[in-house]
Amino acid sequence: MSALKEAVLTYVKNEYLEADDDREVTYDTPLISSGIVDSFSMVSLKVFLETTYSISIPDAKATPEAFDSVNNIAVLLKEFGINE
Amino acid sequence: MFSPEIRTSYQQQLGDMQSQGIFKQERVICSPQDADIEAVFPIGSEMKHVINMCANNYLGLSSHPEVIAAAHAGLDSHGYGMSSVRFICGTQDIHKELEKKLTEFLGTEDTILFPSCMDANGGVFEAVLGEQDVMIADRLVHASIVDGMRLAKAQQDTYKHSDMAHLEQKLQLHQDKRARLIITDGSFSMDGDLAKLDQIVELAEKYNAMVFLDDSHASGFIGKTGRGTHEHCGVLGRIDIITTTLGKALGGASGGCVSGRRELVEMCRQKARPYLFSNTVPPVVAAGAIRVIDLISSTTERRDKLEKSTQWWREGLTKAGLIIKAGETPIVPVMLFNAKLSQDFARDLYDLGIYAVGFFFPVVPKAQARIRTQISAAHEMHHLEKALDAFTKVGEKYGILGLTKAEIIAKYGE
Repeated sequence: MSALKEAVLTYVKNEYLEADDDREVTYDTPLISSGIVDSFSMVSLKVFLETTYSISIPDAKATPEAFDSVNNIAVLLKEFGINE
Repeated sequence: MFSPEIRTSYQQQLGDMQSQGIFKQERVICSPQDADIEAVFPIGSEMKHVINMCANNYLGLSSHPEVIAAAHAGLDSHGYGMSSVRFICGTQDIHKELEKKLTEFLGTEDTILFPSCMDANGGVFEAVLGEQDVMIADRLVHASIVDGMRLAKAQQDTYKHSDMAHLEQKLQLHQDKRARLIITDGSFSMDGDLAKLDQIVELAEKYNAMVFLDDSHASGFIGKTGRGTHEHCGVLGRIDIITTTLGKALGGASGGCVSGRRELVEMCRQKARPYLFSNTVPPVVAAGAIRVIDLISSTTERRDKLEKSTQWWREGLTKAGLIIKAGETPIVPVMLFNAKLSQDFARDLYDLGIYAVGFFFPVVPKAQARIRTQISAAHEMHHLEKALDAFTKVGEKYGILGLTKAEIIAKYGE
C-alpha cells in the first residue's frame, strides 16, 4: 500500500462521494471519465494536491487525463518530486 | 483555409455528437411564447399545436399585453438600437430607470445592466476579485458561473451541492485569503431545489466571506413578494452580489444584471468586460422590463397563481406514480434515469400535444436522466390537466408508474 495513494484516495472519497454513494473507488477507478469528478469540481482536487504537497501544478499539466485516477495522480506527483 | 480535411474533421465531430445522442436540434416555434404554442419539430414536419411545459416563462409575462404595449411605446420614444456600449453613448434615461427599479425590487444598493445574465456572470468575478482571493462555489452552479470563474484570477474551489458542512470546511481552509466569495444559484436549474441561503449567510458572517447569488430561476416569483431566494430565506439585504436575468420570469426577452453592494457594482462599471465591450440592452427591452417590474411590484397575483399551480402539478405527478425531484419551485424534474427512455418519453408526450424536453448525461449526472417540466402562471388548469393526463398515459405505456428508481433502472438500465 502506498501512503501517498491512500491519502489521495481518502481525499477523493470524502470530497466527491455523497454519504449514500456506495460506489467502490480504487487506485485505478476512472474519476473524470466516470463522472465522479467533473471538470469544474476538479479544481478542488488540484487545490488539495498543491496545498498538501506544497507544489504548483500548471494548468497545462492539470488535465482530465492526469487526474483521471489515483494512479495517474501519483504519476503526475512524481514529476514534481513527490514519490510514493 | 477551410480545406477538405478540415471540413471532414468537423463533420466527424458532428457525427460523433449524433451517434452519442448529444446532438441538439432546435424546435421552431411559430407563435409568441405562451402556454399554447405552434411548433414545428422536427424541422420540415407539419406545424402542431402543443402545450409548452419547458419555458422559463414562469410569470407568463413574455407575451403579456401590457408588456408588449410598453415595449411598443419604448420603441417609438427611444428607438430600436443605440449602436454603442453603455459608457460611450449607450445609456438612456430608461436604462437608469430600470437599474433603479431593479435595485428597489431586489433590495440592494445599486444595479448595473448587462446584455445577458450569462454576460453578468462572465464579467463579475474578474471585476471584483484578484489573485489573493478565493471563489468557493456550489458544484451545481450554472455553466455561465463556471465560465466566469475561469476568467477570474482568484483561486477556485467548490463544495458539494448544498452541503453546509463541506462549505464550512472550505471556508476554514481558505481563511488565509484576502477575500472569500461563496457562490451559489438561488434555484438550481436542473433539480429545482433552493439554496440554503440562510445557512450560507450565517457561515459567510462567521468566516468573513461575501455571498454571490445567481437568482435567475427565482427572481419575480420565489419569496412572498417574488423578490427571490433571499426573500424566501429571510436574508434580504444580506447578499453582497445578486445576478439575475430579464430573460426568464421578468419578461423573457434578454438582458441581465449585477445588483448588490454599491462598491462592487461600481467595480463592474469600471472593469467588467462584457459590460464595457458589448452593446447596451436595446431600448425596447428596457422599456418592457420596466413595465414588468411595475406589474410584479404592484401585485403578487401571478406568483401566487404559479405557486398554487406548481403545488397541484407536483402532487398530480406524484399521485400518478411518477418520481419527481422534491422541492417547491416550478422547476419539476420527472425522473426517468435512463437517457433513451427520457428521449422516447419526450417524443411520445409531443405526439400527445405536450412539449417538454428530456435531459441526460452530460447535462445531468449519469443515471439521472429526466424530463424537466416548468410551470408558468400562463398555464390554466385545463393545460395542466391535459399535461398530467399525457404524462400518465406515457408512463403507463412504459410501465413505470409506481416503480422505484431501482425498479426503473432494472427495467431500462442506467
